[in-house]
Amino acid sequence: MTGWTAVLAACALCFALKLGGHLLPERFLSGERVSRVAALVTVALLAALVAVQTLGGGQGSGLGQALAVDARVPALAVAAVALLLRAPFMLVVVLAAGTAAALRATGAVA
Amino acid sequence: MRVSDRGPTLRQSVSVGVATGAYGVSFGALAVAAGLTVPQACALSLLMFTGGSQFAFVGVLGAGGSPVAAVATAGLLGVRNGLYGLQMAPLLAAHGPRRLAAAHLTIDESTAVGTAQPTPALRRLGFWATGLAVFALWNATTLAGAVVGDALGDPRRWGLDAAAAAAFLGLLWPRLREGRARAVAAGAVVVAAALTPVAPAGLPVLAAAAVAVVLGWRHGPSRTSRPGVMTQDRS
Repeated sequence: MTGWTAVLAACALCFALKLGGHLLPERFLSGERVSRVAALVTVALLAALVAVQTLGGGQGSGLGQALAVDARVPALAVAAVALLLRAPFMLVVVLAAGTAAALRATGAVA
Repeated sequence: MRVSDRGPTLRQSVSVGVATGAYGVSFGALAVAAGLTVPQACALSLLMFTGGSQFAFVGVLGAGGSPVAAVATAGLLGVRNGLYGLQMAPLLAAHGPRRLAAAHLTIDESTAVGTAQPTPALRRLGFWATGLAVFALWNATTLAGAVVGDALGDPRRWGLDAAAAAAFLGLLWPRLREGRARAVAAGAVVVAAALTPVAPAGLPVLAAAAVAVVLGWRHGPSRTSRPGVMTQDRS
């Protein structure tokens, strides 16, 4: 699948999901279970993405990539503190980037 | 409806629109850092237009995941947009091209602001105003971020990989209100981290979704999550 194919396929899929919700009769998903599971799937996906983005080794060798603890970990800790202190989203992201960049600039951390 | 009645709703819509639109810059930069071209980054904001799915898509690609895994992950995160549509459709009563537009603009923010208004007319106004404001600003800032990101060189030097992790954490944070969500998040982290060394990139994330289905299927006390997770909760 080329880059553009993936981009357009993902866009089409997301639009189909949005439109599907508008077209379905309201009683179709009346169960509390479905909305509960959907909410939890979102939580799981986001949490997993945090884990992989923070600890993934980057370049894989085909099957799997080693876990790597580097400047991303303290950067994420800074982000978590900022979120606890109710900082705005943009500031949280900037603080994390700045932390990692600063640590890497010292040359002591990867 | 008097013009003065619309004031608070419009102010909410605009402020949410500005706040959400502003961090389109980080999406544009992250998309380019993940290997997408500027037109591809812009296409995502134009045609996908839902932050969680967009960040997930570029996140999976940036971590070396397959395009199929990226598409699937973006789709899984897009399920909640469908649930928002279920909620908004009877309220908006849109038909034909307007319904297509309403569907495209059905995101966390437009649903959150819309449903928070006190009357049906203001709910419709809140939905449309927020959706349009976010759409305009999100796309403009995505372009800016993508163009700047292209000129930056090695994204790690600027900490952009850490920025992506922080972006996902920021999107996740408002959802960690109740115990079951936190348990699912913890389980997802463990599953994803454990599978990363042994499974092709992208698969650990999808496996974590399966954990959520298993944990969520059984009955138990739970609150359904509130919308509004493209940015932090503003309550």
